[in-house]
Amino acid sequence: MAFTLYSLIQTAILCVNAVAVLHEERFLSKIGWGADQGIGGFGDEPGIKAQLMNLIRSVRTVMRVPLIIVNSICIVLLLLFG
Amino acid sequence: MDVPHHGYRATAKPRARAAPPSGDPLLFEDTSSSGPPMGHQGYYSSGYSMSGVGGGVGNSGMNELFTDPMANAAVMYGSSLATQGKDMVNKEISRFMSVNKLKYFFAVDTKYVMKKLLLLMFPYTHQDWEVRYHRDTPFTPRHDVNAPDLYIPTMAFITYILLAGMALGIQKRFSPEVLGLCASTALVWVIIEVLVMLLGLYLLTVHSDLSTFDLIAYSGYKYVGMIFTVLCGLLFGSDGYFIALAWSSCALMFFIVRSLRMKILSSFPPDSVGTAASAKPRMRLYITVATAAFQPIIIYWLTAHLVR
Repeated sequence: MAFTLYSLIQTAILCVNAVAVLHEERFLSKIGWGADQGIGGFGDEPGIKAQLMNLIRSVRTVMRVPLIIVNSICIVLLLLFG
Repeated sequence: MDVPHHGYRATAKPRARAAPPSGDPLLFEDTSSSGPPMGHQGYYSSGYSMSGVGGGVGNSGMNELFTDPMANAAVMYGSSLATQGKDMVNKEISRFMSVNKLKYFFAVDTKYVMKKLLLLMFPYTHQDWEVRYHRDTPFTPRHDVNAPDLYIPTMAFITYILLAGMALGIQKRFSPEVLGLCASTALVWVIIEVLVMLLGLYLLTVHSDLSTFDLIAYSGYKYVGMIFTVLCGLLFGSDGYFIALAWSSCALMFFIVRSLRMKILSSFPPDSVGTAASAKPRMRLYITVATAAFQPIIIYWLTAHLVR
């Protein structure tokens, strides 16, 4: 498996896109991974599931605008250069 | 902490010329000689300063470079531009990563490198794996053989690329693109491994002091094993390759488990609740063992095609 840095960038963009399309109401709440269902006790260490939900929520919040930009650039470049 | 440049009249900031740089005195030894005026030049002669040829030092002993004052002025102007550019670059870079922290990882000396290489190949007799601290900051690798450094991984990575090129050349399969491909594959695997480790440490809320550079360092130590394996494979054929692979895998697994055990498994949060304590050590053990078990796999993956 020969990787190039370009394939790493592609993988990263695809993974972040995949996390960003998980809709809050329609999907995550249905399977119990919603943002408002994860807050356990405060003195408790957040478990893996709570950390994961936190991570998904923060990735969706933070990466929304940069992803728009990066995806547009990707689309233009792929259209131009194949 | 950027490299102290010549004291330009235009951009000069008052610096304590005789004192060591404002960073950690443990990082680099103060090689400046006696008092302030000579100490200024003695410090520069230790190899730090590279910019410009001499314009602007303006101290004793620096005559004019050219007899033509116009050329002199041009040299000074050019060097001042270069210094401004260097300052800007340093400022931008220090926004992303702390250069001081990076310098800590490169403060090594020969004795440390020899001991560490020996430790990577034969870690079974080493007794004390604890990283010693010095007033809240870890010791530099120069003073503590357990501290991670980035010098060995960087050098080992470059050596591995060169060795891969040589191995392919011996088998007449060499071409310049293959070299670049090999380099970027190895780099990508390191990045993937560091990202997975970071993700795992975040998910399990391990509050250790393992920074990203530490993880890069620990993940780069496998290149030493890879170099040893490829060398044995080239010298002694396929049998030698597998024996060396087994040896360096065991040594590296032992090394990783012992090193990370100190950092991951013993860094419990201060207010650990009794119910959480049962699941956490197990998961931390899993992540340590998984990291260790990943090393032989990747060593095999990245070297098998070289020793066909």
